[in-house]
Amino acid sequence: MSSPTPSTPAPEPTPPDTTSGATATAVADATTEAVVARGVERVFAGAKGAEVVALTGIELTVHAGEFVSLIGPSGCGKSTLLRLIADLDEPTAGEIRVFGRTAKQARIDQSYGIAFQQAGLLPWRSVAANIELPLQLHGADAATRRARVAELLDLVGLADFAKHYPDQLSGGMQQRVAIARSLAEQPRLLLMDEPFGALDEMTRERMQTELLRIRAETGAAVVFVTHSIPEAVYLSDRVVVMSPRPGRITDEIDVRLGDAADRGEDLREDAAFFAGVTAVREALHGAESAPAAGAARGVDVR
Amino acid sequence: MVGVLALAVLWELYKLVGPADGWLVGAQEGVTGSGIRLLPRTSDQAMPHTWDMVARVIEPVTRAQGALPLGVVVLLAALTSLGVAALGWLVGVVVGFALALLMLGFRIAERAVLPFVILSQTVPLIALAPLIRNWGSRLEFGAFSWESWMSVVIIASYLAFFPVAVGALRGLQSPDAAHLDLMRSYAAGWWTTLFRLRLPASVPFLIPALRLAAANAVVGTVVAEISVGFTGGIGRLILETAVAASSDPAKPWAPILGAVLLGLVAAGFVALLAAFLSPFRRQETVA
Repeated sequence: MSSPTPSTPAPEPTPPDTTSGATATAVADATTEAVVARGVERVFAGAKGAEVVALTGIELTVHAGEFVSLIGPSGCGKSTLLRLIADLDEPTAGEIRVFGRTAKQARIDQSYGIAFQQAGLLPWRSVAANIELPLQLHGADAATRRARVAELLDLVGLADFAKHYPDQLSGGMQQRVAIARSLAEQPRLLLMDEPFGALDEMTRERMQTELLRIRAETGAAVVFVTHSIPEAVYLSDRVVVMSPRPGRITDEIDVRLGDAADRGEDLREDAAFFAGVTAVREALHGAESAPAAGAARGVDVR
Repeated sequence: MVGVLALAVLWELYKLVGPADGWLVGAQEGVTGSGIRLLPRTSDQAMPHTWDMVARVIEPVTRAQGALPLGVVVLLAALTSLGVAALGWLVGVVVGFALALLMLGFRIAERAVLPFVILSQTVPLIALAPLIRNWGSRLEFGAFSWESWMSVVIIASYLAFFPVAVGALRGLQSPDAAHLDLMRSYAAGWWTTLFRLRLPASVPFLIPALRLAAANAVVGTVVAEISVGFTGGIGRLILETAVAASSDPAKPWAPILGAVLLGLVAAGFVALLAAFLSPFRRQETVA
């Protein structure tokens, strides 16, 4: 339980351009890949013995330092897939490896940080205490924690709010705290389940740009669940399009609109951005119109 | 304070307006005890003046030489009862919390224990008191012998544990799935999750439960004192002074007020505890 702070080496320097983003088919060393999913299936037992196939035949590789978005309509299993990677749920078939280890081992080793749609801050803890929670749970000493918390508060631009409580913060600020918390142990993989889903559009766009900056500074791989096409295109190196009944991957689109650090607000009005949006939209709609074999009952398994 | 004053004013007002012999419906001439009394009597016998009650508190208990003032006797008795009630409360809280933890840890225990916890509260206290007294008196090992105040503690805790068990269970189960997922993602074990997440999250549910338990412990103590026959407490004093009601109508009111005071002190104690735990009562706002 209280294994010391992960002994994994410091984040690998991964210049986004030289990694094999465009060559997803290349056989890479399994231990350097952030996430490898092979033939993953998740079947939920429904009422009266009925089975709901939430995911089937999932083949996915996320390279170290890569930003991958999972996009699709409700019930396509994108959140389920994220939960499987996080080992919050177990696949009924297939295998998931995170940095070459089993998902469970990766969770125990704290190889990833996670953020949900709800910020999920502990209301009785101050902002600083919330961010240091994972460090505290894993036995980091007070001085280390204080230093790391100060660093993270700077990173998410909340240095003046360390002593505030979650109920004194806006939704966007709460989400920033949650992101800082997910980064506390310098994970090389960040799992995000619609982290900006509950925010208004302005805050959302600002947070997206912040996330790109944070990601450029940390060099972590990101698996990002969303159902917003512009969000996926703006943030990602690669967009994975999913389809429901049964939940599966129908398409993968490389978008990579330049270095994460260079992406700014004006990119949203760039022709390449619109081209990406169009490509993803067509992939999504094509997937929807295709007849789904063995369609199960529409159950939202987010 | 204003409330007490208002109550006193209301009391005197009714005494002024209400008929001295109350108001009877369907009473037959010359037959005492017939008819239904719809309004209570307001005679000095039934409703002594509030100032008489206050005056009585300072006077000695009996006319015997060197008798203590009634107020002092009441306060001493109330203090004794407070000690017993506090102990009962403590035992009740510990037992209630232990049961809640058991039910939290084992789903099967929740199904097995919870019905009995609820059932336990349907057993009338009066039936229970002699039983516990009886069992207790048979307990004897070495220098330890069962005292009647212990029976009172048991009965008080019997009433106190229930709200704690139910409230604590609800509180411990209150963290939402996202928080539990988060703890799991941190590879936090059951106990870590309990101390870092479930316990703090249970506080908003626990405070009302503790307040209820305190009130129950006080009521339990007063009633149990009477049925167990434990002398020296406020419950017994109420019974003793009630005998004097006809000759000294203001006297029984003093221990009743003492019991009320007891309840107030108990409630005040829990309020103090709640103030101490106030950081944990913050609620998360989803903006």
